[in-house]
Amino acid sequence: MSSSEPAVDDTLDTPFFLRWLTAAATSVSREAARLTDLDSAIGDADHGTNMQRGFAAVTEALEKEPPGSPGATLILAGRQLISKVGGASGPLYGTLLRRAGKALGDAEQITPQQLADALRAGVDAVAQLGGAAPGDKTMLDALLPAVEALGGATGSFAAAGEAAEKGALATVPMLARKGRASYLGERSVGHQDPGATSSALLIAALAEAAR
Amino acid sequence: MKMLINVPETVVADALRGMAACHPELIVDVENRVIVRRDAPVEDKVGLVSGGGSGHEPLHGGFVGPGMLDAACPGEVFTSPVPDQMVRAAAAVDSGKGVLFIIKNYTGDVLNFDMAAELAEDEGIQVAKVLVNDDVAVTDSLYTAGRRGTGATLFVEKIAGAAAAEGAPLERVESIARRVNELSRSFGVALSPCSTPSKGGPTFELPAGELELGVGIHGEPGRERRAMMTSHEIADYAVQVVVEDLRPENPVLLLVNGMGATPQLELYGFAAEVHRALGERQVAVARTLVGNYVTSLDMAGASITLCQVDEDLLRLWDAPVRTAGLRWGA
Repeated sequence: MSSSEPAVDDTLDTPFFLRWLTAAATSVSREAARLTDLDSAIGDADHGTNMQRGFAAVTEALEKEPPGSPGATLILAGRQLISKVGGASGPLYGTLLRRAGKALGDAEQITPQQLADALRAGVDAVAQLGGAAPGDKTMLDALLPAVEALGGATGSFAAAGEAAEKGALATVPMLARKGRASYLGERSVGHQDPGATSSALLIAALAEAAR
Repeated sequence: MKMLINVPETVVADALRGMAACHPELIVDVENRVIVRRDAPVEDKVGLVSGGGSGHEPLHGGFVGPGMLDAACPGEVFTSPVPDQMVRAAAAVDSGKGVLFIIKNYTGDVLNFDMAAELAEDEGIQVAKVLVNDDVAVTDSLYTAGRRGTGATLFVEKIAGAAAAEGAPLERVESIARRVNELSRSFGVALSPCSTPSKGGPTFELPAGELELGVGIHGEPGRERRAMMTSHEIADYAVQVVVEDLRPENPVLLLVNGMGATPQLELYGFAAEVHRALGERQVAVARTLVGNYVTSLDMAGASITLCQVDEDLLRLWDAPVRTAGLRWGA
């Protein structure tokens, strides 16, 4: 854990969540071409473009009507992703943030542990909506290890980011069983999942927001 | 890759502006990406809404009009539309008799339409959904997202559209749509890859001397790759797998569909071979439709779709339709 990381009893406020989503938007925009390249190999070559469009809308909406709580921030961001992204990523990422936001309620300050629990609720909702399980070569393969790392006794944003990154890399040898990549069967093996990759970017942005 | 476009970012909006300019019988909301027949909502009629990624034209916007869809929601190229478009469309076409969503089985389409159905119901609109999954090339649905929705979408939209035009209630329109899907099977063949405007080139590699058997409408891989075959051989292969799966006992509707870059000269030649291959298997063809209807941008190749019909379904197929992409009897 780096010294700038919040301690367990630190609280996270609305500006932290704004910084998180802004950092995520920047990172998605920077990596858009890579996400599209990954999607080109096993999907339909639009993941980077779609995520960039969605997070640009998130940033714009947050600036236009700044929410008053962490929960409201995530709900607004989730709604924007559902309204702007399309494809499977829109509903899945939108649900992740909306459900996490709902779990936070209207508290103005929350603990890292509460954030871990809220993200867990969001990830569970994603699993239910997409009907995917760990090992199916989807965003869950990055998100699940991340929430586990974050919710653990020595949980930190840095640990969550590392776990997500490792999870995304671990999708390379997997056989895709969900989404358009599933039609490739054996031919999906050897490619990193674009959704798991963008999920890792989203989680890595947490540590950036804490700095 | 040369394309007749301005910039990739505005391809869908530009096409919608074109539809607006060329089809005054439609209301084309370019900003919100909804195409609605101008006389909607039609009093006492169930509304039919479909949509999906752009790049499959005339599906779905080209099928909006009397006798078929009431509204269509085009997404970005090969990307499903978002729930806001579908809710807007549902609200525009609901006469109080409810709305049927016709959804092709792709993860993104299914998720977004599911969310839209919930939101529309919150607004007091009764919504039913039918999933089109006719592509026999996908054999193992346990480890995939399941059979894709392709050519049968046209049959579902046309026949359910005719039932709705006759004044059938939502429950019956839904059950007819479901039945048409159950009685339909498709198989597609790619001779070249498709190119998306944002990529500016082919989305997959297909060597000059090979073809992809069982391709999806976004260039998804099929059952196998082989050295290039003749139209006669391709028809035998495609008819065989479709007939094996459907096992038709009644006459069928036949769609010989171009993927976007195969000319009518080739499609009619292929249609002749498909008729021959069906005849050899004692399958009677009641009606044939030949042309580019469910395309995959500039992909060369074709798909065939069979739908087993009884007298009632055939009557609904023959009923008048007046849309940009399909019209007869009206």
